[in-house]
Amino acid sequence: MAVRRLAPPELQPTEFSFTPENLDWAKNQIVKYPEGRQQSAIIPILWRAQEQADGWLPQKAIEHVADLLGMAKIRALEVATFYTMFNLEPVGKFHVQLCGTTPCVLRGADKLIKLCHEKIGEQMHVSADGKLSWVEVECLGACVNAPVAQINVDYYEDLTPATFTKILDDLAAGKEVKPGPQIDRQLSAPVGGPTTLKTVKA
Amino acid sequence: MLEDKDRIFKNLYGLHDWGLNGARTRGAWDGTKAILEKGRDWIINEVKASGLRGRGGAGFPTGLKWSFMPKQSDGRPHYLVVNADESEPGTCKDREIMRHDPHLLVEGCLIAAFAMNADTCYVYVRGEFVRERERLQAAVDQAYAAKLIGKDNLHGFPFDLVVHHGAGAYICGEETALLESLEGKKGQPRLKPPFPANVGLYGCPTTVNNVESIAVVPDILRRGAAWFAGIGRPNNTGTKLFCISGHVQKPCNVEEAMGIPLRELLDKHAGGVRGGWNNLLAVIPGGSSMPLIPAHQCDSLLMDFDGCREFKSALGTAAVIVMDKSTDIIAAMARISYFYKHESCGQCTPCREGMGWMWRVLTRMAEGRAHKREIDMLMEVTTQIEGHTICAFGDGAAWPVQGLLRHFRHEIEQRIDLYSANPHPDPVPVAAE
Repeated sequence: MAVRRLAPPELQPTEFSFTPENLDWAKNQIVKYPEGRQQSAIIPILWRAQEQADGWLPQKAIEHVADLLGMAKIRALEVATFYTMFNLEPVGKFHVQLCGTTPCVLRGADKLIKLCHEKIGEQMHVSADGKLSWVEVECLGACVNAPVAQINVDYYEDLTPATFTKILDDLAAGKEVKPGPQIDRQLSAPVGGPTTLKTVKA
Repeated sequence: MLEDKDRIFKNLYGLHDWGLNGARTRGAWDGTKAILEKGRDWIINEVKASGLRGRGGAGFPTGLKWSFMPKQSDGRPHYLVVNADESEPGTCKDREIMRHDPHLLVEGCLIAAFAMNADTCYVYVRGEFVRERERLQAAVDQAYAAKLIGKDNLHGFPFDLVVHHGAGAYICGEETALLESLEGKKGQPRLKPPFPANVGLYGCPTTVNNVESIAVVPDILRRGAAWFAGIGRPNNTGTKLFCISGHVQKPCNVEEAMGIPLRELLDKHAGGVRGGWNNLLAVIPGGSSMPLIPAHQCDSLLMDFDGCREFKSALGTAAVIVMDKSTDIIAAMARISYFYKHESCGQCTPCREGMGWMWRVLTRMAEGRAHKREIDMLMEVTTQIEGHTICAFGDGAAWPVQGLLRHFRHEIEQRIDLYSANPHPDPVPVAAE
């Protein structure tokens, strides 16, 4: 397990509340669960709070969600610190989660980790222009397309140092990038075309 | 080789329409009502007869698991929970089902829920799979709109399906941790008994199944248990999604018959081992929790539950991680140990402390900066973790280390010799006992 703490007080905003749209959305989440079990909705709602707060969870946001769900604040803090996709400190506009687990390393993820160190800096350090930050994460579950990085919500697969550099540069320059495999390949099918399912027409 | 007509996931590679129309063309939602009309017992017996074993790693017979649910409700609702928290390193099959064949899963949920008299199903998707979750939700919305599921649906069985998600915790793939997480808490596993079939989600009878286990059920029931049972070997029946990653020419997902020889699987679909079969060092046959199998045992390895067990490993999720001779096997396993250190929920002491201990010792061993007596000490520590924790996470973290020590002890010794043969300013550290 990892020790995860809230960002220091000087980084914490003084208040947080949901926009009316997000509040509506959150209320729609709560009703998906049985009566009295509204706490079940905490992960989706914290997630929305993180999106509203530019990609990280300030303490006030966690407390706001706890109030919304009628939970003790400590219970919400437990959840926010337990799950590693909740960023407890500010991140870049494009937050890179680079997979560093063995299947990705076997396909060259170590080179990408080095590249991130050179291009962006230390983990969870936000680049000077505020565009990029990165963190090494555990298996992203796209191992046949290794090495893989998740940038915000999209997966970028079959990366090489060259294609990964281009993606980072393009994102920082505000250009469009295409998620998915970065080589000529149909998703998780073998390179050169599927060996099966060739008789399936629709 | 399995023929296309016997494959269940016909849109595995996303070449066709994932939506309701496309799914119907490929056979989904065909005769679902007739299946339900045959009754709960028929469904459960048919799934039992098919020999389907859970596809999430443990390989528990699915039909038997379903039969553990109370036959009559005592007033509490029943729940079906689908485990889509796919995070076992090497595994990426449920992702393809959710984004390319989501209707098979939705239909499977309806049938499984009916068989267990569960009026609500929660699908717990791992947090990272945002696009996959959106796709699955879109399929669920289509099914609601077409009245295939919902309170008032064509099948006459009121049924709701909720897509839920996590936020990055491997341990939530453990069924009771998943239930905790679904209740809005930290994902820390519960002691069993009571088992979820008696006291599960919100204290109600619950069955947790893997995505693939559920998604194959409609086809099994449509084609008959005998069809599924006829593929593979007895006790190891059916088709299986294999995820082939690592040092092969063309890593890929593929659906194949259970019991396919490893070599045939790699050669036919993944272009073979990088540098040829003789360049193989070892494979991990079923996701990172399973012990590795060295190359000399791979010649006769059959990819099913019993086949892997023969070599003291397990099929797990059928995620084949291939390592060729260029691999630093000690470093590779040390990285897997780091994974477990990172993902331990921290609840049980042997796991919380042991994971970091194993990782630190293995990291030193990868450099050779260790003592040979530490090899036995490491083995001893793995046995103290294994079986001494609330959930199977401790076992799953101990087994790969045991596999390494069983088959590559000489490699570690050699590296220690190599290190000690050269002068170093600092003394070699020893692990605290």
